[in-house]
Amino acid sequence: MVKEIERAGIPVVHMCTVVPISMTVGANRIVPTVAIPYPLGNPASTPDEEKELRRKLLDKTLDALSTEVEDQTVFE
Amino acid sequence: MKQIKVVHYLNQFFAQIGGEEKADIPPESKSGPVGPGMAFKGAFGDAAEIVATVACGDSYFNENPDVALAAILDMIASFEPDIVVCGPAFNAGRYGVACGAVATGVREKLNIPAITGMYVENPGVDLYKQSVHIVSTKDNAAGMRDAVALMVPLALKLARGEEIGTSAEEGYIPMGIRKNFFDKKRGSRRAVDMLLKKMAGEPYETEFPMPDFDRVVPNPAVKDISKAKIALVTSGGIVPKGNPDRIESSSASKYGKYDLEGIRDLDAQTYETAHGGYDPVYANEDADRVLPVDILREFEKEGKIGSLSRYFYSTVGNGTAVASAKKYARAIGEELVADGVDAVILTST
Repeated sequence: MVKEIERAGIPVVHMCTVVPISMTVGANRIVPTVAIPYPLGNPASTPDEEKELRRKLLDKTLDALSTEVEDQTVFE
Repeated sequence: MKQIKVVHYLNQFFAQIGGEEKADIPPESKSGPVGPGMAFKGAFGDAAEIVATVACGDSYFNENPDVALAAILDMIASFEPDIVVCGPAFNAGRYGVACGAVATGVREKLNIPAITGMYVENPGVDLYKQSVHIVSTKDNAAGMRDAVALMVPLALKLARGEEIGTSAEEGYIPMGIRKNFFDKKRGSRRAVDMLLKKMAGEPYETEFPMPDFDRVVPNPAVKDISKAKIALVTSGGIVPKGNPDRIESSSASKYGKYDLEGIRDLDAQTYETAHGGYDPVYANEDADRVLPVDILREFEKEGKIGSLSRYFYSTVGNGTAVASAKKYARAIGEELVADGVDAVILTST
């Protein structure tokens, strides 16, 4: 899916936990996430901490969208 | 002949430990065969014995690959097997990645032969086909019998150190290894034969399938993210509560398009996941954990982004055919372009 949307001419960030799969499906901008059932959360922490975590991940995502890349890039 | 010792690797589901709610269990081992191990046991007969089964939760493995693999290899080594059989994983993505990683680790770190089986679209195939024999299976467990029938003879050959035939003869996915041999017909004759068949519209088999490097060149970065219109897309199955389009929990036949107008936060009363391939508890409690609408609304208000696009798109990426995913994303891409979307955040579980 990432590849087809990228092909349509829109930059895509793929946020996912299993980075090797993201690489094989051909995502160009990749932001690794927390866990498979809750990529952008953490049920073990408080709601405020969880939001803060999500905010940090999305800050990274905005950086990834603002960064020129030539090849598949993982934004750790 | 000495009886061959086999260790079998399974996920939590096939090892009969539990479903998605148990996908986070660390590795454990049991003596003897479990689940599909019984079918392998029957096919091995007296030639080989499954001495132990090692099982690990699919999510645990994929979230902690290094720790999980090290623990699994230690367990496997303690049984001193002659061959390790992993799966088969069919079209289960996390399981396929685990089977490929375990089989590769067994071969490379323990110097013991290993084999696995998967459907050709499983992401584990692209990752590991060059390092281990992956028998080509159907996309679901209904193909167990056929998979066992191919995996058992190949496993015995590998365990005995016998010569392995070509991928077409043995039924494994080509590993990208070329072997020279003398054919009865010379190349020019074979090429002309192939050409004549092609011209006559008859079926013919190429001797060298062209590798499929389907890569898309990255688009330029967004110039000014504070003015950008950003859309959310997910393969994690987030849908309005009640799943109005009835998107299937696996092998989804469609995607949904849902309006976010006026919605600031996804909560348990209004959104849920339709995905059947991960434990849904956390996403059902708070779907922002998969589709981060709450924070993007804050970013919108703070002027960090221009706007969050009005609609989000969702499907279930669970055993879904690559051709279907392509089709949905092509349609979604066209709509996003028409809506003037500048960038997409796609989340996967």
